[in-house]
Amino acid sequence: MGMRKQFVQTVEQLLSCDEKLVLLLGDIGVFGFKRAFEKHSSRVFNIGILEQATISLAAGLAKSDNIPIVHTIAPFLVERSFEQLKIDFGYQRLGGNFVSVGASYDYASLGCTHHCPGDVGALQSIPGMEIVVPGTSGEFDTLFHQAYSNGNPTYYRLSERENSESQEVTFGKACVLQTGNAATIVAVGPVLKHIFPAIEGLDVGLLYYSTVSPFDKLTLRENAAASGKILIVEPFYAGTLAYQVMQALKPRPVVIDFVGVPHEFLTNYGHAEEHDEYIGFSSQNIRTKLEALINGQ
Amino acid sequence: MNNKIINDMKRNIILTAHLAGEGHIPSSLSVLDIIWVLYDRVMRLGQYQSNDVAPDRFILSKGHASLGLYAVLAAKGFFDSENLKDFCKYHSILGGHPDCNKIPGIEASTGSLGHGLPVAVGLALGAKIRQLDGRVFCLIGDGESNEGTVWESALLAAHYRLSNLCCIVDYNHSTDRALKVGNLAEKFTAFGWQATIINGHDHNEIYDALSVQTVDRPKIIVAETIKGFGVKRMENEPAWHHRSPTEEEFKEICEELRDGYEETICPNC
Repeated sequence: MGMRKQFVQTVEQLLSCDEKLVLLLGDIGVFGFKRAFEKHSSRVFNIGILEQATISLAAGLAKSDNIPIVHTIAPFLVERSFEQLKIDFGYQRLGGNFVSVGASYDYASLGCTHHCPGDVGALQSIPGMEIVVPGTSGEFDTLFHQAYSNGNPTYYRLSERENSESQEVTFGKACVLQTGNAATIVAVGPVLKHIFPAIEGLDVGLLYYSTVSPFDKLTLRENAAASGKILIVEPFYAGTLAYQVMQALKPRPVVIDFVGVPHEFLTNYGHAEEHDEYIGFSSQNIRTKLEALINGQ
Repeated sequence: MNNKIINDMKRNIILTAHLAGEGHIPSSLSVLDIIWVLYDRVMRLGQYQSNDVAPDRFILSKGHASLGLYAVLAAKGFFDSENLKDFCKYHSILGGHPDCNKIPGIEASTGSLGHGLPVAVGLALGAKIRQLDGRVFCLIGDGESNEGTVWESALLAAHYRLSNLCCIVDYNHSTDRALKVGNLAEKFTAFGWQATIINGHDHNEIYDALSVQTVDRPKIIVAETIKGFGVKRMENEPAWHHRSPTEEEFKEICEELRDGYEETICPNC
């Protein structure tokens, strides 16, 4: 059904059973939440296009014993409102849910103002900020139910692209999709379709992360320590998870390679798939990098 | 107006900054009368002091005036006034800007300007959603009114008719040298607020303005104040913005503030 529709369905259901939940829309998704507006008019707001005040307002709601959900496009939710997220939620240790759309270059045709491959890197610099990158609609539903009321600030990164099937995800835990000794792939969110064909016949491990913060170090340590060779496939800026991976495997020396978004403005338009091809989000590129890693090249 | 209590708190502010070699004294003196009247005569505090949710809440958005709020909270028994002597020390609960997770009675951790008012809007909206009684007060500065979030908040509070929200502007004209904000009462009125202009050092005017709640819209009180009020050498003197007095200056200021009274809250002053 797509993550955005799932988000509507999940929140509609929770609004009916949790009186503390308050939804703030940054003038997007309003039609989708039509029923929620009608049914829960006192707790569903089309707050307008003023992201910084919205995040602070949400903190005030949290201080009033409500559970806020703020929803808008990723760069405006995260980068424009970064200080509000840092201070009003992070520093003050308040619970809230921040659900973005437009992951990385999902809105390829709209250009760089609507791209946001830096969201996860920025947010993981806020102590206590939880980051969820679901790979499918079903995973979003599961993870949101598990974490939305846990009293911590949590970011949910919705994507237009999904994996073909949901994994049995648990908030804060990585899934071991394949074990192997020659190298280990750390895969985040909706990138699996490129990975499965790439690892055919290779003795590599595949760890799937739908929660980035807190990062499940234990699963990585238990499954990757032997080879110390890691390929991180992350649908945001390449290198974002490097520190977490190195910390998890410390003191063992590790060799890491990346498939992720390069640190440059992607000034072309077109479709997200065309950017995938330019960046190297492809089975062929992943296979090539894996083989190089395994062979010590 | 109880001059003795006010002067005692002013001496505490001076002493605290002197001991620490830190603090924004003039800003704290600018807001002191407003905060004192709020806590002494306007806000309902009973449950708050036992760490429950307060019926009324206050956010000092211009967090650098923290010494003014600390002086009032200490005088009202939120924490032992001995804590003032540790101001800005490594393990102190009292920092240059207030931390709501450390200090009893602090509603929001402020310091970066432009955060307090939108948080206050959220508190007021949250109370309205939950049908809770109680008012939300927020004090901002005129310089802080340069921040866009202040005006985003002005739009939001008027749109949601937050009559339980009262914003006070400490209008000490500190931003006149940079970006003047002009007639704030007119500006907020244009956004849909009910505006009142008062003398921010006259306790009766402060009380009259704060104690009356609006019916269908948020309230803005533009309080004309003097930065450094009560200490002549600091009044409207930018050099004192973030400076603490020397030993000699400290003694002279204490004499100026003694104003015939011998007893003090802080025995060292």
